[in-house]
Amino acid sequence: MSFHRIDPSGKGKRPVSFIFDGTRVTGYEGDTLAAALLASGQMVMGRSFKYHRPRGAFAPGSAEPNALVTLLRGKFREPNLRATEVEIFEGMRAESQNRFPSLNIDIGAVNGLAGKLLSAGFYYKTFMGPGIGPLRSTKFWMLAERFIRRAAGLGRAGLAPDPDRYDRINAFCDVLVIGGGDAGRTAAEAATNAGLRVILADANPPKGVDIDGAQTLSRTMVWGVYDGNTYAATERVADHKSARAPGEPRQRHWVIRARTAIHATGATERPIVFPGNDVPGVMLASMFGDLAKRGVIPDGPVAFFTNNDAAYQTAADLAGSGATIAAIIDARVEVSASARALADLCNAEIHIGRAVTGSEGKSALKAVTVQQFDAATGEISGEPVSVQCSTVAVSGGWSPSIQLASQAGGNPQWSEPLQAFLPPEPAPGQDFHVCGSAAGVFGRDEAKADANRAAGIAVAKLSGKKLKVAPRPDCYHAYFAAPVHEIRGTKKSQKAFVDFQHDVTAADIRLAALEGFSSPEHMKRYTTLGMATEQGRNSAIPALAILGGEQGRSIAETGTTRFRPPASGVSFGVLAAERYGDLQPGRLTPMHDWHLANGATLYAAGLWHRPMIYGRAGETIEQAYVREARAVRMGVGIFDVSTLGKIDIQGPDSAKFLDRVYTNMFSNLAVGKARYGLMLREDGLVMDDGTTWRIGDIHFLMTTTTANAGKVMQHLDYCLDCLWPDLKVHLTSVTDQWAGAAVGGPFARKVLENCVEGAQVDNDAVPFMGIVHGTIADKPVMICRLSFSGELAYEVYSGAGHGQQVWDALMGAGKPFNITPYGLEALGTLRIEKGHVTGAEIDGRTTAHDLHLEWMLSKKKPFIGQAMMNRPGMTDENRLSLVGIISTSGKPVSGGSHIVDEDELTEPADSLGHVTAACYSPALEKYIALALVKNGKSRIGTIAYVTAPLTGQHLPVEIVDCHMFDPEGRRMHV
Amino acid sequence: MTRDRAQRPAGIEMRITCPHCGPRDLAEFYYWGDATRTMPELGSKDEAAWLSHVYNRPNPRGRHSEHWQHLGGCRAYLMVERDTATHEIFSVIFARDTAREATK
Repeated sequence: MSFHRIDPSGKGKRPVSFIFDGTRVTGYEGDTLAAALLASGQMVMGRSFKYHRPRGAFAPGSAEPNALVTLLRGKFREPNLRATEVEIFEGMRAESQNRFPSLNIDIGAVNGLAGKLLSAGFYYKTFMGPGIGPLRSTKFWMLAERFIRRAAGLGRAGLAPDPDRYDRINAFCDVLVIGGGDAGRTAAEAATNAGLRVILADANPPKGVDIDGAQTLSRTMVWGVYDGNTYAATERVADHKSARAPGEPRQRHWVIRARTAIHATGATERPIVFPGNDVPGVMLASMFGDLAKRGVIPDGPVAFFTNNDAAYQTAADLAGSGATIAAIIDARVEVSASARALADLCNAEIHIGRAVTGSEGKSALKAVTVQQFDAATGEISGEPVSVQCSTVAVSGGWSPSIQLASQAGGNPQWSEPLQAFLPPEPAPGQDFHVCGSAAGVFGRDEAKADANRAAGIAVAKLSGKKLKVAPRPDCYHAYFAAPVHEIRGTKKSQKAFVDFQHDVTAADIRLAALEGFSSPEHMKRYTTLGMATEQGRNSAIPALAILGGEQGRSIAETGTTRFRPPASGVSFGVLAAERYGDLQPGRLTPMHDWHLANGATLYAAGLWHRPMIYGRAGETIEQAYVREARAVRMGVGIFDVSTLGKIDIQGPDSAKFLDRVYTNMFSNLAVGKARYGLMLREDGLVMDDGTTWRIGDIHFLMTTTTANAGKVMQHLDYCLDCLWPDLKVHLTSVTDQWAGAAVGGPFARKVLENCVEGAQVDNDAVPFMGIVHGTIADKPVMICRLSFSGELAYEVYSGAGHGQQVWDALMGAGKPFNITPYGLEALGTLRIEKGHVTGAEIDGRTTAHDLHLEWMLSKKKPFIGQAMMNRPGMTDENRLSLVGIISTSGKPVSGGSHIVDEDELTEPADSLGHVTAACYSPALEKYIALALVKNGKSRIGTIAYVTAPLTGQHLPVEIVDCHMFDPEGRRMHV
Repeated sequence: MTRDRAQRPAGIEMRITCPHCGPRDLAEFYYWGDATRTMPELGSKDEAAWLSHVYNRPNPRGRHSEHWQHLGGCRAYLMVERDTATHEIFSVIFARDTAREATK
């Protein structure tokens, strides 16, 4: 073990037991996963990206590059969480990543031997470009990809659905304070006391003391800044709990609109890059501080490696907790008296003007090599001295956390004394103030003074008072760092890693610079430095120093990359929030419960849940829909059409309006009759079809397809608002107000005769496309004789509240004729037999001619789409047009298959078109389909082949007219 | 929340002020596009005018008029005058009113 608890008995702390990689581990309340694992002797927490080197925890909180874990919730996997951030809870299950078969034995580590091969640009150089030799070119990539994808990478996402609930909230405040440290709390208090509405967002667990009057959000990570002080944050509501309270979300997405914001986001320590710096046990000095705070300290001696005074305080604190400090290795020549005093306090020998040039030990550190170092030239000299230690605390200075300020501001400003970028000024339209260490003002008292100053400015600005700006407090000089970011080894040295997470070494960055990737943006993409969760937190400054060094430019001249949201990882679930899972709205028809009670299998169509089949015990889907479709052709069936889009159109100009939006004429439609209508888009392609009923002289009811209901309504709204505001027409969506039942089949009229009162339904009273009003079960109904199935059929509409009673009455009236409820599959079968089109054919690429609907294009009046529908490309005879297909082999055809001329596919062939819908036809007793085929009409009567290379299907078919059953339409006119 | 309107331009806090419904989140609105084009008369045979209307859209940097529909609210089409670079919104009016003016 190389870490232990200060108090092994854990007095006063609640023990927490969890599973890591299948092994039970016990930690204590308040531990991070990393702290609990270290205290239990687990140093290795991950394997590196390319070389599969053993890696341990390195940095506190979200900056951690190595110790990425996957949390398991049931079968659901949440990958790439930082072990240094995850709070342990009873029963938690966590897994390490990117290792096979286990953390301690990893066969991928052999990649380390091939290190030269995997340097920057390896993939581009090996797999792109012309094929010179067998091991080059894109073809080789296609072969190698699956192995590489498995070997390289971060965590693996699972296939199981997320079992959790998420929600979303909009919040408003005068001042949003980000960060719950000294500066953040001070600023929040000051602004609250000045009477402002304050939200304090703190990424950490609650501190116990609330600020009176402010809204404090704990475990809330602000990750995005958008236009005009709009902030996005994730609150981890229940991530740290073993069980959820009923309805409790796992996480909550906050959209916070603030009049101004105070960023007190703190600072993070940077490493110094040195050869052999990735052995588990090398950590940031602040990581030791974070662990000590949780009562976990190293067993063996710690060697400090620093370029600043602040690390001496960390060393002294650590010694005070009971750890042994082996030595403090300082790259500088001058060390302040106060630092020396701190070193004395911890009995540590100071090696001034020295640097760590190597490490000993593979999966656990044994010693570091120390040599003389010239900070001005970067040169190493002298005999290597071995310093025995079990851990190294490295500190390359502190960088303000400016991610959010950078998202909302201009260019960050370089600070030479801090060797870090300071936050930029807000961009136009943004208003924020940065304070404390986030602004480079280190030291507790200094940060508090700076926070009060920031709050003062914010208060004055918001209240319109005159502003008296106090000067910014001076930075605590201990945080000034020498410009030492990398100890450059010799050719024999160990690898020096800059980005641990992506295995990017100092040599990789030099190679990128050598090959001309001189801008940081290019270097970053070429080497993959700072991608994924790392985001440059540890690597950015050292990488810029190395890149600049190669080009003789300073970091200030090299510049930095710009931050974009999210500043830290965000789960998909929390972004989907109420649009996912049990909070997602669903649309149910009035007869929904009846469908369920009668064995319906439901099918999600948009937000609607529609019956697919009413299967009987032992039936396959095909057997069920064939039985249902046959019942409609032979007897009578009933289908729920409540989901059709329904738009009530009223006003003196209604007929004129319909003439403009439909391709065919509606102004000459008689009251009490319905007509099939076709709508085109402005560009002449088909938009939607449906029937529209003339209920009164200036009153119509339009129906649309279920899928396009919303789109058609929006289109009509647009026409009235923006194109023809002078038309006196009013539109109301009544989709949910009407329940509809389609009754179809040879006995349909007999069923209605059995239950309709107050109206005749014979052929004279209700001719084809005729409408009558009557009652069924004393409920008012409107009946229109329409047919989608090709049979004698009626659509019976009633108020949604009466839908079930009317349906029940129809079922009762149909009982003597064995009325059969049918679902979408049978409906599809009936319409394929008839060659009627739906969304599969109206796919935004087809014209009226393509679908043989040119008879609906009126020549007597203008309509939308008319001007564009006859362009040469729209009338070309080689366009795909609708045909029927009959399988001649007796085998089913699958939807989406392509149609080719070749009886055998040995090499790629030209597609003649594709199958849009397929089924078994009980009427024809064959497998049939509808298809869009090049110059379809000319191919009728010929043989072609449907091919689905993915499934290996290749079948002969006959191309026929799309009206495959009862082409004269006699059955519906009886 | 309107006290600082004078200091901060409207609209950039990712809200549109619907003349019916007041300031609402962007997510309630549906972006329809360029509001400066006018459709040729329905019966017009001017092919060039139709092609331009259907396929050409200006894409200016700066002030631009756009149609947005308040789909999650009153459903009215709005004409929003907006700076495409800063997202500052200068005015929001009912599209119907502008269209009426144009047809007079």
